[in-house]
Amino acid sequence: MPTSLAPVSIDELRDIAKRVRTDIVTMVYQAQSGHPGGSLSAVELGVSLFWNHLRCDPANPTWPGRDRFILSKGHATPFYYSILAERGFFSTALLSGFRSLGSPLQGHPSMSAAPGIEMSGGSLGQGLSFAIGQSLAARLDKRDYRCWVLMGDGELNEGQVWEAAMAVPHFGLGDRIIAMVDRNGIQNDGFADTIMKTNPVEMWTGFGWHVIECDGHDMAAVDQALAEAEKPHDRPRLVVAHTVKGKGVSFMENNPGFHGKAPTKEQLEQALAEIQGGLS
Amino acid sequence: MTSAPVAAATREAYPAGLIDLVEQGVDVVAIDADLSVSTMGYKFGEKYPERWLTVGVAEQNMVGIAAGFAATGKTAFIASFAAFVPGRCFDQLRTSVAQPRGGLSVKCVASHGGVTVGEDGMSAQAIEDLALVTSLIPFDVVVPADFESARQAIVAVGKTSGPAYVRTGRPKVDPIYDSSYRFELGKANTLRAGTDVTLIACGIMVGVALQAAEVLASEGVSARVLDMATIKPVDRDAVLAAARETGAIVTAEEHQTHGGLGTQVARVLAEELPTPIGFVGVDRYGTSGKWDELLGYFGLTPQRIAQAARDVIARKT
Repeated sequence: MPTSLAPVSIDELRDIAKRVRTDIVTMVYQAQSGHPGGSLSAVELGVSLFWNHLRCDPANPTWPGRDRFILSKGHATPFYYSILAERGFFSTALLSGFRSLGSPLQGHPSMSAAPGIEMSGGSLGQGLSFAIGQSLAARLDKRDYRCWVLMGDGELNEGQVWEAAMAVPHFGLGDRIIAMVDRNGIQNDGFADTIMKTNPVEMWTGFGWHVIECDGHDMAAVDQALAEAEKPHDRPRLVVAHTVKGKGVSFMENNPGFHGKAPTKEQLEQALAEIQGGLS
Repeated sequence: MTSAPVAAATREAYPAGLIDLVEQGVDVVAIDADLSVSTMGYKFGEKYPERWLTVGVAEQNMVGIAAGFAATGKTAFIASFAAFVPGRCFDQLRTSVAQPRGGLSVKCVASHGGVTVGEDGMSAQAIEDLALVTSLIPFDVVVPADFESARQAIVAVGKTSGPAYVRTGRPKVDPIYDSSYRFELGKANTLRAGTDVTLIACGIMVGVALQAAEVLASEGVSARVLDMATIKPVDRDAVLAAARETGAIVTAEEHQTHGGLGTQVARVLAEELPTPIGFVGVDRYGTSGKWDELLGYFGLTPQRIAQAARDVIARKT
């Protein structure tokens, strides 16, 4: 079983990110539903994590010693399924069934429905608690795997997040859990600062965490932030990735309208061209 | 060995059942949410500190942590008051426990169920919990009548692969069973034979139903009494046998009549053998009082069950 990873170069990670973005807009177009905005914003985080940090074995997805990736912002399934497929957990051919009858790839993740899906989701705020249980079990079973939890910034409105946030340092799980926030600044109904203003850095610091900030679309910076999060610290680590909702597609970028909306045929073609061209 | 039965609260069975499970080799963990002195979970923590934790007043987090434990293969128990589990964490029970893989091995043991929590008043009196948890598809739901059956029910649900909800109570109640009793998940227990009507009860109402049967016997009415501790899955065979052999049914529960034991029984009858049925339960919010006073206040009494029995017998065709 792999316990360490040969690092993938930043250039290679960028190429993978393009494939993932292509998958995301294509899946949402095919399904004519889904959440492209918060999927595109999380791409660099997910690619860096799955290729350079998460100890996993796609050929043996239930390996007990694997690191767990918990998608707490469960609506970002286009991003999640694409990464699992591109990383080799299942065939990319499955992606075309996204959100359709008979496919294991539901609109929100269903635990174990396809290899690599660690938790059911869709109702926000539940991932960090789940990771605490898995991490306490690891301690009891003397295993050293880590749980990586990805949350959205709108998700931080949920009270359960803060129940869990205070429990991680209380139980001394800082070396077992790494949390990440995709700080794209937009939630379902609009800009996060107008819906419910939060300051993730101050709030998490106040709850006893060590907050690491990065530009969430600078692949080298993301990769470095996750590496720093893996280093021992007397506090649990939270990576706040400052991102742009809909990143890589001009008409989706920073546009609350594309939180949960599919592109038209013409929009898809434009999106694919921009992703290939490397809009930045 | 059969020990002499003494009055005990069903909640006292919680740590006893957990200890039984560990001693039988089940990989159990148990979590409380700052009510362990009341749920009795702390007693398990004293014996197996590495297998027990408290998460503070945070029921949602408690459920999520239990789900995470269960995802790794452990059997995770959580305990709180029935007003708070499922009341404060229903969505977590649904999304993180009931839906994954057809249901994770998370077992809720909710104490202080029903109105007999007593003096704490209506906010603490759970009369909706059974309606909520019976709506969660993979959940088994058990409401034991006394200490012995509660202890055995906790052991029984601890050995299934899916989720479960066991409701226990606050007051000390007289024993129905001794240690020679063998609880079986999903099976009713006939406590009294009868031919004119069947009283189907769960929890603290089992003892009340037995008293009602005495009242009816004094009037020449022969009442069968079933302890339907498992309300989901309900024992269909026992319900249908009661309908065929006695022709009239009364259910009695310390819960509103919507969504609890009565609903489960009525569905079986409606589907297979329509039979006159009466429902005894609680259909209003409560008030403070001593637990036994509250049983009277809400009409959870032998007299009311007996009257319901007379009414359904009169409806027989």
